[in-house]
Amino acid sequence: MSDDPILKVSNIESYYGPIMAIRGVSLAVPRGKIITVLGANGAGKTTILKTISGVLDPLKGTIEFEGKAIQRMDADKIVRLGLSHVPEGREVFPFLSIRENLAMGAFLRTDRDGVARDLEKVFGYFPRLRERIDQPAGSLSGGEQQMLAISRALMNRPKLLLLDEPSLGLSPLLVKEIFSIIRRVNAEEGTSILLVEQNAKMALETAHYGYVLEVGRVVMDDTCERLMNSKDIQEFYLGAKEESARGERRWKKKKNWR
Amino acid sequence: MLDFIQQLVSGIALGCVYGLIALGFVLIYKATEVVNFAQGDLMMLGGFFVFTFIGLMGLDYWLGFLFAVCAMAVFGMATERILIRPILGYPQFSIVMATIGLGYFLRSVAGMIWGTDDLKIETPFSTGVLKLGDLVIAHDKLSVIVATVILCAVLYAFFNYTRMGTAMRATSENMLAAYYMGIPVKRVVSLIWAISAAVAATAGVLLAPITFIHSNVGLALGLKAFPAAVLGGFGSIPGALIGGLIIGVIETLAGFYLPQGWKDVAPYVVLLIVLLVRPHGLFGPSMRKKV
Repeated sequence: MSDDPILKVSNIESYYGPIMAIRGVSLAVPRGKIITVLGANGAGKTTILKTISGVLDPLKGTIEFEGKAIQRMDADKIVRLGLSHVPEGREVFPFLSIRENLAMGAFLRTDRDGVARDLEKVFGYFPRLRERIDQPAGSLSGGEQQMLAISRALMNRPKLLLLDEPSLGLSPLLVKEIFSIIRRVNAEEGTSILLVEQNAKMALETAHYGYVLEVGRVVMDDTCERLMNSKDIQEFYLGAKEESARGERRWKKKKNWR
Repeated sequence: MLDFIQQLVSGIALGCVYGLIALGFVLIYKATEVVNFAQGDLMMLGGFFVFTFIGLMGLDYWLGFLFAVCAMAVFGMATERILIRPILGYPQFSIVMATIGLGYFLRSVAGMIWGTDDLKIETPFSTGVLKLGDLVIAHDKLSVIVATVILCAVLYAFFNYTRMGTAMRATSENMLAAYYMGIPVKRVVSLIWAISAAVAATAGVLLAPITFIHSNVGLALGLKAFPAAVLGGFGSIPGALIGGLIIGVIETLAGFYLPQGWKDVAPYVVLLIVLLVRPHGLFGPSMRKKV
């Protein structure tokens, strides 16, 4: 890992009321890299992102963005530092037009020329948005709304992009398209990305380094190549079946990290 | 026929006042899902402010108007900060009770400060009339209509063509996403309260020459403006104005043509019928959020 990560999360614990959703998670996002967090439903992936972007406050632990502690800061101040969050379920502004949605993404920016250039850039990524520029966002299909949600976050020209399940509810073709754009943004703009996914195959192919989360804990972390070759990941996240010595599948196989 | 048009104009003028109060209801509700039952009393307070500036301090009408509206904007912001923000997120009942309590409080305090007599101010619109053939329209009523149209145009432009206005609409639609965009949501909500209170104050100032300024005027009008907002489909800004107009016109026409007593009932009869046919109101939500 690089010695100067853009984001460093140390031992955070977050609660929903009395329920402990993350139990001491630490992770780091090196500058210019794509990091993924894998895990099943309820593992705490979304909670981590919400805690980082300031919508939830951690009870314990620290979050450092470019060396600055940001835990318990107001969400809008964190965005101002250059950290944008694409939330799960898109969360576009349904009655605002595409143009207005994108303008809201650039709410904090005052450089009109730069905003216009970035608008062209996101239309380059997703030409379909340009065709519908004056339609209300609520009239878009799920996939188009996801494109809009990503574009809207990019309009803030973030240094770090948090992506929460961009593949949720999309067709395999659309998922491919969106992930190729994610790779392009990372390669062309040098934007660091923290990607949370259930689609483990797609996420591991896209990211450089991965963390595996189970019930609020990091149980494994490694480069994506090595994760992809790990037996546990193959079996539990990628659905590969292993032939046992007896020639039949053992259904109650233990995970190595338990 | 002449009578009808005469009454229609009076009804529209009254409806504009209802519409402006309903607009305040809707603005605050859309942004924060808080129903501010003190909206009518904010209007009442605006009336007393303008009485203080013009009647007591002897300022020019327009200057007094401006001061009253600005003072109420600050008052609205302070209300949000002191009363509403600390209880936001608690059950709706607490917030509703808090705004009802605020209404009582404002009425009592206004009674203590300015007394319970009917007060009056001299305005440039108090006496004049506009004659169109046989039709006679009092300037005070005309001023309400013209001012409402201007105010709506300004608000429309603000919400559609400015960055802050768009941010307010965005916040109303999805507060969480607004946070993710870096929109200062707390400041936006403060501003919405300021605008609502300022609009209410404008209604109060415009109404001052027509009815008297009295501490209970807000309660009576607030109770009519609320169904106006519901009629328009709580949550729609044009709906609030049109709902206000409908209630105002029906009330005035019923008062003129129907036997005594129908004046106050007729708007509610219409409201019930509309709600039976269209439960979301005339301009209720037609588009649902995709999941």
